[in-house]
Amino acid sequence: MSISTLFENYSEYRHIHPVDDVPHNPYKWAMAIDLDACSGCNACSVACYAENNLPVVGREKFAHGQAMHWMRIERYWDEDGREFPDQGARFLPMMCQQCEAAPCETVCPVGATNHTPDGINSQIYNRCIGSRYCSANCPYKVRYFNWWDYPTTDNVWPAEMNQQLNPDVTVRGKGVMEKCTFCIQRVTVAKNDAKTQGRLVRDGEVQTACQQACPTSAITFGNLVDPNSTVHRKWQAQQVELDKDEQTKDMAEGGSELRGYRIYEQLRPFPSVMYMERVRESAI
Amino acid sequence: MKDIREDIAWAQINKDVLKSLENPRKLYWVILFIAIAMVGVAVGCEVYQYNVGLGVGNFDNPHVWGLYIATFIFWIGMSHSGTLLSAILHLMHADWRKPIYRFAEAMTTFSLMTAGLFVAVHLGRVWQIYFALPYPNMRQVWPNFQSPLLWDAMAIFTYLSSSILFLYVGMIPDLAICRDNMHPGWRKKLYTAIALGWEGTDRQWRNFRITYLTIACFLIPLAVSVHSIVASDFAMSQQPGWHITSFPPYFVAGALYSGCAAIITLFIILRYVFKFEEYMTMSILKKIVRLTFAISMVWTYLNLVEYATVWYGHDEAAKHLLIQKATGTYAPFWWTMNFCGSVVPFIMFFKRFQTHIPVMFSVSLLLNLGMWLERWMIVSPTFADGYYPWTWDHDQWPSFVQWGIVFGSFGWFTMLFMIFCKIFPSVSMYEVKEMVYHRSQATKKLQATGKLAATGKGAH
Repeated sequence: MSISTLFENYSEYRHIHPVDDVPHNPYKWAMAIDLDACSGCNACSVACYAENNLPVVGREKFAHGQAMHWMRIERYWDEDGREFPDQGARFLPMMCQQCEAAPCETVCPVGATNHTPDGINSQIYNRCIGSRYCSANCPYKVRYFNWWDYPTTDNVWPAEMNQQLNPDVTVRGKGVMEKCTFCIQRVTVAKNDAKTQGRLVRDGEVQTACQQACPTSAITFGNLVDPNSTVHRKWQAQQVELDKDEQTKDMAEGGSELRGYRIYEQLRPFPSVMYMERVRESAI
Repeated sequence: MKDIREDIAWAQINKDVLKSLENPRKLYWVILFIAIAMVGVAVGCEVYQYNVGLGVGNFDNPHVWGLYIATFIFWIGMSHSGTLLSAILHLMHADWRKPIYRFAEAMTTFSLMTAGLFVAVHLGRVWQIYFALPYPNMRQVWPNFQSPLLWDAMAIFTYLSSSILFLYVGMIPDLAICRDNMHPGWRKKLYTAIALGWEGTDRQWRNFRITYLTIACFLIPLAVSVHSIVASDFAMSQQPGWHITSFPPYFVAGALYSGCAAIITLFIILRYVFKFEEYMTMSILKKIVRLTFAISMVWTYLNLVEYATVWYGHDEAAKHLLIQKATGTYAPFWWTMNFCGSVVPFIMFFKRFQTHIPVMFSVSLLLNLGMWLERWMIVSPTFADGYYPWTWDHDQWPSFVQWGIVFGSFGWFTMLFMIFCKIFPSVSMYEVKEMVYHRSQATKKLQATGKLAATGKGAH
């Protein structure tokens, strides 16, 4: 936004519906996660650490809640009075939901977090001043702040381990906010390739690190605009629509048998990740 | 009981007030020394935090905000009663404010300066703080005007600059008195420069009155807007416990409340330290105490409104949070806040305590403790029991760094305030003279018409 916008017709920037007004074309990156397939193995989380240069904070800071896991597996324990290992848990892989009307974006005083035309909620590290308002306003609490200067902290990437840092991704210094980017570095490479070859990105051409690492293929990633993509077909099969704050199937009497849902849909952030409920009964 | 003796000679007023610039009681130096030591603590903590990172404050996910934001709101709130006393009561012709508005106005300025520091202390990358300003730059990158934090920055800067202007303009006739009466030295030079050649001519007085009134009128909406905007930081967000429509008036009431309590505290300190017993009289104290009591009831009402709307609103997350506030980790603080904010003020209800200095001193401190806790109880519990269940079972306690900086901010404020009172007249000489004059005229009039009853009521 520049100063000239102040003198132009401001109403053209006004949105009636946060999603419908500016349709994504030709890409809208989205996910579908099958909780029935998720075994809680944490491979996605590990892959994310490797791919996105996440600092390994160590046991003490992890226990303190300062872990930097962009992708985290949440455990919700069965309340049947049994103790672990007999007690079972339900797993929820949680990462930035890339909301279409993201609560974090509007509150950033410097506009460090923005929406890309691809529907990804991007974070500009260089612009971030660390007010942490985005995290305060995030309903999912999936934004992670660099409380310490990790690149200069011992044992975050001990010698030789720093050789495995991904050159496509920056290493973040202290005082900036970071979060899941849907592996935007991979998306960008695929988009560039496609552009050179004069075509669109094919379904399956981009895999996020978590998706790639998932042994049960619980995570699907792709272009929601493309009617033939796997992710689109999954969303369609589950009758979950991106621009709804309440799905038509759920409004029907007696609810729906379909498993697809989005977390905190009623808060109207229009998240881009659809989860599919777990159906298996066994506790463990 | 009179607000002020009507037979104080004008020269005596000058003498008494100017004496405060030269020889205060020893306690002054004690207070100043302690204040500077407290600032030292905060500076140490901030240097450590700046070098190592905000992690030393014991922040984590989800507890990304802590005492800094809470104390920031506290200091912004503190600034409001200066404007209340100097601008609103000025427009309402309540002349009892005259001996005390100057220091209240100084309080406004210095608490805003303290609050401004917390914005910087809170940021992860304070060295990039100018990103939040709409400065012209080659890439035409602007701050995000949708963000309440940006409104905040603008509102606070506007309020700060206006209140400095107001403080200064209101002080010009007094600076001229200082200039004319001080011994030669750096101070005399300073007063000469900033008194802007004031001679007290008819034309100067007329222009002065108009200017003062204009800034007063300009400042009142600013004062209301500043804390409403601070409230928007919370009310505009989506989190339970924050997303409450009544927050702006609630914050403004809380601001006036804590500010008035602080005025009582500083009134008692200044009265003793600078020997202002003649000017800061018990009758005036009684009036501020009554004002504070009234505001405390407004705050209590708005507080109950907030609880009631959350309770009957049946927003599950907000209700859960309210229950957690009353029973969870923060319960002791939450109950203390309600006690200090709504029960303790009833001491001010009793006439014999209204002018009882030790009682009023402790009450005013307790009220501000309650108000500080209120801000903390707005900020922190929302992180502990927000929307997302995964974040619920995680408690967080601020580290010594956070506490040290909060502690030091009180020293910083006291230091600035005390230095101000030693360099500038903290009682408005010319307005006290006006007050004495008007009251003696009124008494004479009554005497002339033979209607004088020893009521001690003033002219207004």
